[in-house]
Amino acid sequence: MSDYVTRFGSLESYTKGGVEIIDDDPKHYTFSNIFEVASKAKPYQKIAVAKNIQYVVEVQRAEGTSDWRAAAHDEFALVMDGEVQIRLLKLAEPSIVPSGTDGSIRLAGKPEGKPMGTVKARRGHLTLLPAGAAYQFHADRPGVILLQTIAGKDTEFRWAEICQTASRNVPFSVA
Amino acid sequence: MSAVETKSTSEVVASKPNQHGYKAFTLGEFAFSRDEYFVYVKWPTGSHVMSADAFLRALQRDVAWDFFYGIVNFDGVVGTMNHYGTVDLFAGRYNDSYRKAELDHVENFETPLIRETFKSMLDDWTNKTFDPFASPFETGTAFGGKNGENRAAINRHRVTAKRMVSVAGDEPIRTDANGFPINRQFKDVPQDEPEIKAELGFENEVASFNLFAYLSRSNVTWNPSVVSVCKDSLYCPTTEEYILPIIHGNDRVEWFIQLSDEIYWDVEDRDSGAARAKVVMKAGDVSAMPAYIRHQGYSPKRSMLLVWENGSPDLPALISSGKLPSVPAEF
Repeated sequence: MSDYVTRFGSLESYTKGGVEIIDDDPKHYTFSNIFEVASKAKPYQKIAVAKNIQYVVEVQRAEGTSDWRAAAHDEFALVMDGEVQIRLLKLAEPSIVPSGTDGSIRLAGKPEGKPMGTVKARRGHLTLLPAGAAYQFHADRPGVILLQTIAGKDTEFRWAEICQTASRNVPFSVA
Repeated sequence: MSAVETKSTSEVVASKPNQHGYKAFTLGEFAFSRDEYFVYVKWPTGSHVMSADAFLRALQRDVAWDFFYGIVNFDGVVGTMNHYGTVDLFAGRYNDSYRKAELDHVENFETPLIRETFKSMLDDWTNKTFDPFASPFETGTAFGGKNGENRAAINRHRVTAKRMVSVAGDEPIRTDANGFPINRQFKDVPQDEPEIKAELGFENEVASFNLFAYLSRSNVTWNPSVVSVCKDSLYCPTTEEYILPIIHGNDRVEWFIQLSDEIYWDVEDRDSGAARAKVVMKAGDVSAMPAYIRHQGYSPKRSMLLVWENGSPDLPALISSGKLPSVPAEF
């Protein structure tokens, strides 16, 4: 019987697949790799790797301490590499994020409010960033966060830089 | 092509068991029957045969997903298209050769009628030895004459978190104790949980869980299930092994994020079946599936795939009318 090895990616070690075109435009697949994107990103830059109308999945390179941010809706942070501390704070004045705002907004410094707690999250851990709460990320060493959210004013769309734009034959790893 | 008005009665039409012990089912002008090895589908302009195991795997997904988003092709001929309230049952509708020969056939049914008919068919045709959700290594045979039933397998609870798995009052995490041991191909996946320190009064609002451990304990394959919800944005991760038992035709843009290992996708034109692309996805890769394609995946080792959906009910009409693009981004 085989000893199965589960392969995850990381900033230090990832292998990229790709799109081999038969009759289509490779750009329609918007193909990228989150570790490659994070490896070239500045800390906590919010780079969209997936977009479905107003919704996005953003990659963030976790390194050092982020700004405080808050959203009017739930967001979800999945750590894909490294260890990230997530600090949560219940806003004393939730209206600093106007109702109906899409995505998170950057707050000027630590906002007023009650500490809710912290989460130390490692690879594979999915954390709720609740609506009406401010949050801050901290990572001692570089890591990667995948954020489920709505496109906001700080979301960056860099498709031409991060996506495959020509057909590429990628061999299978197995066999 | 022939098309008829929507059939609205929810009464399942089934025969008495045949010599193999299986009932035959009639849905509009479609007729379904099975024997020891095969399922037979007939309609006014043609007929089709599928291996019983492949048919039941596809039928299981269609039933469990309540016809899913867009088109569930059982193979290159037979399948369903969801109109969210009614469902098309078709033969050859998305097959260029059948269309040109005018042998295709479509009928539209109120969802309860086709749902109940498919559920009855799945129930009657699934023997006690077969689990249509399991990988081929993890189930016995689908073949032979009628041999009991496997209702525990075909009626599994489908995870649809309201906010996020592990949040108080929402879907629970998976453990040995609640019947979810680690899958044989994910024994090496770390099971550590996040370190949560919640202040007094915020115990139900500070929430986090190990998604990868959760997926390592999934006992089904190719079954996207909702784990987190941001309005209409749905994270639907799934564990994949062997072949996706259906060919999924999109009615909106769908996204794949490969969380572990790798999957190979054959991508075809949604309407004609003509080859469009091959996509090889390795851990960390992200790829859109445009709204005009259909796809089928192959996973040599059990892998973790994050399927990301926009569940807005408005999208199919907006895309088909050209008010929204069928691709995720222009650049």
